[in-house]
Amino acid sequence: MALFIAVEVSPAVANDAELVKKLVEVCPVNIFAAGTGGGVQIVEKNLDECTLCELCLDVGAPGSVRVKRLYGDKEVLERRA
Amino acid sequence: MRFYEYESKRLFGKHGVPLPTGSKVAHTPQEASAIAAEIAGPVVLKSQVLTGGRMKAGGVLFSDNPAAAAAAAKKILALTINGHTPRGVLVEARAPIAQEYYVGVTWDGVARLPVMICSDMGGIDIEEVAETHPQHIAKRNFSTLLPFSDFMAKELIASLNISGSDLNRLAQITAGLARIFITYGLTLAEINPLAKLADGRFVCLDGHVDMEDDARDSQKAILKELGIDPEEKRQARPPTDFEIKGVAVDAGDHRGVAGNVVEFDGDLGLVIGAGGGSLTLFDAIRKHGGRPANYCEIGGNPSVTKTCELTKLILSKPGVKKIAVMMNVVSNTRVDIVARGVIKGVIESGHKPSEKIAIFRIPGSWETEGFKILKHYGVEYCDRTVSMYEAAGRAVAKMRVG
Ligand code: SF4
Repeated sequence: MALFIAVEVSPAVANDAELVKKLVEVCPVNIFAAGTGGGVQIVEKNLDECTLCELCLDVGAPGSVRVKRLYGDKEVLERRA
Repeated sequence: MRFYEYESKRLFGKHGVPLPTGSKVAHTPQEASAIAAEIAGPVVLKSQVLTGGRMKAGGVLFSDNPAAAAAAAKKILALTINGHTPRGVLVEARAPIAQEYYVGVTWDGVARLPVMICSDMGGIDIEEVAETHPQHIAKRNFSTLLPFSDFMAKELIASLNISGSDLNRLAQITAGLARIFITYGLTLAEINPLAKLADGRFVCLDGHVDMEDDARDSQKAILKELGIDPEEKRQARPPTDFEIKGVAVDAGDHRGVAGNVVEFDGDLGLVIGAGGGSLTLFDAIRKHGGRPANYCEIGGNPSVTKTCELTKLILSKPGVKKIAVMMNVVSNTRVDIVARGVIKGVIESGHKPSEKIAIFRIPGSWETEGFKILKHYGVEYCDRTVSMYEAAGRAVAKMRVG
């Protein structure tokens, strides 16, 4: 179970095969994988490797990918409009 | 890199250091018998292992004829000493000894220069002589840049009240050793004992050579000449299971370094790094009276998984009460990633990070993020305003309060 990072993807991105492909491509630590049927899969075991690089935030509309810290002030990373 | 005795002697012999008659390695009892027949007199047979305590373990035997030499070699070749199987048996002539000396050249870490050491009490541990009979030891530093003169060795030996032909012979051997030390990038060149035989000749009865690991590339020619494979790893002892697991952790993930695990018998696990910084930290722990359970490097931006696995390994070692995570200021390793990995490893090992981590001192990239994590888990941490020495002291103090 991830201790430090959680990632949320809005249904609009999570089910768009093109955008899922982009997510898989940009994340340097393989947190996203394409599931069967083209939807996104969050690779739980890699979540704590998140480098907070923010590359996934630019995939899809603002706010559709959110990277949450589970420590400290639990600050959330998301692209603003 | 340590040399076997026979390799050390070959190197010494190549530079004029007198060796006992024979001085050849046998790999079978038959070979030992043939060398003994060539010597045609009493011989000593010595196990060729990279460890001490050969005599006590039965790895040094004497014989008077070739048949007895073959029997002795058979015994020695079958003998494992401190986990080391012998590379062969060195067979040499045994001659009556009138006096034993010590001569050695090594690095003086304080003076940052090589140091030549000589004693007229050879045959025993030189540290023991230094403690019990300091007046029987003479030392002098010499430069690696200026030409080395035989006169330096002569002065050194004369300070032990050695004179006449003994002085001349000893000076020649000691000066030769100093040149060998410099020429081949050694960290130790030692003859102990250097024996004066009843007939007045001097011979090297036992010798040790350690070569700087980084010198292996520039010293390929001599290594080849001595039959040492450039890829051959030489260690003072075989790696322990714990150390092998450390190598596996490093090999299991290409990201960063989490390895060079060396096991000791202390109670404080060390996750330390930053090149020379890790050695400094290790020494600082010792200086404060701490007992390291291991020496284990981390760096090059290891992944959370790798750091976590390393932490779990360290905590799995019986007797480890706490771990100290310390580095110099780092720019190539993210503090928050290391913090995550260590904390994860502690939790997955079933412990509380606030209790198991004695101190976390890694200032550098992403330290603010790292400190947030450490604070969240109640781990004591410090920034670069706390020196490595002071941080080590805090870790040791924590061990005392439990
Ligand atoms: S922030 Fe970077 S590392 Fe983290 S999930 Fe997004 S792309 Fe992956």
